Order: sequence, then C-alpha cells, then structure tokens
Amino acid sequence: MIDKRVISFKEAVADIPDDAVVMIGGFGSSGIPLKLIEALRQHGATGLTIISNNAGVAEEGIASLLRDGLVRKIVCSFPRSAGSIWFEKRFEEGSVELELVPQGTLSERIRIAGAGIGGFLTPTGYGTKLAEGKETRVIDGKGYVLELPLPADFALIRAESGDPWGNLIYNTAGRNFNPMMASAASITIAEVNSIVAVGDLNPEHIVTPGIFVDRLVAEEMHHAQA
Amino acid sequence: MLRLNPEQMAERVAKDIPDGAYVNLGIGMPTKVANYVSGDKLVIYHSENGILAVGPAPAPGEENPNLINAGKQYVTLLPGGCYFDNAESFAIMRGGHLDIAVLGAFQVSARGDLANWATNNDKYPPAVGGAMDLAVGARKLFVVMKHTDREGEPKILEQCTYPLTGTGVVQRIFTDLAVIDVTPDGLQVVELFGSNTFDEVQALTGARLLPPA
Repeated sequence: MIDKRVISFKEAVADIPDDAVVMIGGFGSSGIPLKLIEALRQHGATGLTIISNNAGVAEEGIASLLRDGLVRKIVCSFPRSAGSIWFEKRFEEGSVELELVPQGTLSERIRIAGAGIGGFLTPTGYGTKLAEGKETRVIDGKGYVLELPLPADFALIRAESGDPWGNLIYNTAGRNFNPMMASAASITIAEVNSIVAVGDLNPEHIVTPGIFVDRLVAEEMHHAQA
Repeated sequence: MLRLNPEQMAERVAKDIPDGAYVNLGIGMPTKVANYVSGDKLVIYHSENGILAVGPAPAPGEENPNLINAGKQYVTLLPGGCYFDNAESFAIMRGGHLDIAVLGAFQVSARGDLANWATNNDKYPPAVGGAMDLAVGARKLFVVMKHTDREGEPKILEQCTYPLTGTGVVQRIFTDLAVIDVTPDGLQVVELFGSNTFDEVQALTGARLLPPA
C-alpha cells in the first residue's frame, strides 16, 4: 500500500533537524508552499540552509524564517526584491551567508542533483565574478563553467492537486522550481490545494511523477483538523 | 540635443522586433517594448519563470498569484501559450531558441561586454536572476539604456568598470541619443535621433564610435 498523505503541516515537517538543507519552491508570489514554511517556522529548527529563487518579502514565507533567525545560509538567484527587508537586514549584519547563483544554473544544479548527474558545463557566467574559483573549459571556441549538483535534505514544494501516490499537477506558472526540487531532496513534502483519488489525475497531465514525492498535505485537510 | 524619453526608447526598440519572433523582455524599461510592437506582428513573449505567449495584464479581480512575469507583475496567457518548469525555461534561453532578448544595462563595452547585475558597492546585496543566462543564450541581445548615467558619465566604455554579466554578448545598443551596433570593427552608429550629430554623441561616449555609413 502506498499512501503519502500526512494529516497536518506540523507533522509533515516535524523531523526537519537543525542545520538541515531545505529547498523551497516558488518564484515571487507564485508556487510557494506558504503553509509548510509557516509550519517549519513554528517547528523552529535553526541553522538552516535554504535553497530558493528568492529570499521572501515582507513578513511572509522565507522572510519569516530570516526574521526569526533560523537561517544560516541562503542559496539564491534573486534575493533582493521590493520588500525583501529581512534578507537585507540579515545580510547587512552578516548573520546570513549568501551563495548567489544565476537562475538557470540554480535550476539546472537542482535538476541534475535529482537526475544523478555529477556536473555540467554552462556558458552562463563564464568570464564573470560568479565563475571565480570554478573550473572552466573551452569547447569549440566557447567558454564554459563547471557547475556541480545541488541536492537537499528536504524539499518543500507547492502544487495544485495531488493523489495519495504523490503524483502532482500545478497551477499555471506555479510549477517554476517545484518539479526539479521534488526530485533533488532526500525527503520531498508537497503542499497541495486538494487531494484526489489515485487514478483521477489524467496521466497525460501529471507533471511530477509520484515517485519523487514522499509526503503530501492538503490545505483543506489541515482546515478540517483545526 | 534630442533625448528620447523612456516611452520613445521602447517604441524605437519595438520597430526592430520582427513578425514571428520569440522574445524575452527584461524587467523594468525593456518590459515597455511590448506596448509598442505593432498589432500586425505576431510576437511570442517568453517569461523566465516558465511561460511562452505571455499576454497583457489581467482585468482587476482576475489576477492569479501564480501567473506572474519575471518582474513579479500579474500577467495572462494568450491562446496557444504554455507553461513549463524553470529548468526547461532556461534550456530555452541557453539553447539559443529565443530570437531576441532586450535587457537594461549599467554599462556596455566596445566589444559588447554587458554589466547589468551589480555595482561595486559590496554592502548592497547582489541579485543576478536570469540576466547571465539570457546574455549568453539569446540569438540577439538588444540593450536599451540611457546614453549617460545620473552623473552624466558615459555608460558605453572601452572596458566596463562594473562586474560583468557576460562577455561579447551585446549586438545592438538603443540609447536616448542613438542606435549603435557592436561589430567586429567596433561600435558602429546606425542611427542618430533628431538632429543629434555624430560628434555630439561621440563626446558623451567613453569608447571610439564609427560614423554612420
């Protein structure tokens, strides 16, 4: 029997330890597992390394983890946005380390971590500050930078709908980093709007195969418990 | 001298976007270009977060927080459009599938180096996003920027002084004074706006320009 449903957001994140490496899906306001992040904040694990495209704005999402001092390092392509006050504050005071990664390199490092690939050569960043200290190679006259996989202990992802096997479909551009992150973490936890029966999702439409997902929590189940 | 305003600069860039092109517009001023592409051209816009055929802003009340562009503004999807994940979106960029990218810039060098993601101020946290991938990946890279910075210093230089986004990547520069191509022979002025003269534009440029043919 396979049933990946978990009863609450709290239970879904209860085993995330201090110093864990946690990937969090989303791009701007789109496709962010806000309820899982809030559960992680309340859980209170500290010394976290967060891998995500952005660093959160205002008091919500990743910004709340930064505000509460739970984050030691952030791996990110675009940490600074209008309203990213907590990232800017923690960066300026030196309490958070930033590893800045070009966006396509970030998603590809995550993708290969889930795909069992040991590295890739990308033209992105060649000859720039972000390639300093990295191996480079010239192929057919074009310069490339060697980039390595970026795995995580946990991935918190957001989808529209899932089934008990963990198959997922997404809402519009909300998929962004979520499918790659699902494949790249030891434990992947998906927050969805609704859970349907196995067989109800059109197999032609499933974006993330359930094999990549370990736990599934629905907003409505959470409300039913509360 | 005639200095185009940002709307006029966007309008000028739009003239060089051909019918049938797949185009990525950077955040900020480049996004305005879409407003001026003539309605008789079909142009398909790509958004780095994973959209092809981005449509206009939704009507009030119709916004979907998941459906945003790279600048985090609400958008819509045109019929025929589609969604994909971020790794595929950047495969579209790096793989040379986009015809044109339009980006803003702090500086451009005489050999087409682009600096648009960071200044030399280390206290200010840097952000790079998709700029480096677009710079190396798009078949043609257009830069739209003012000819000089707030202090009146040239932004077109022999060598960039800010950290580079990519080397030898810019094909055409649209400023408020002129249109300039980066060629193997050097920076070729292809259009001077209004009655702007070559000598006037050269005086505000930190690299040697080639006069229009």
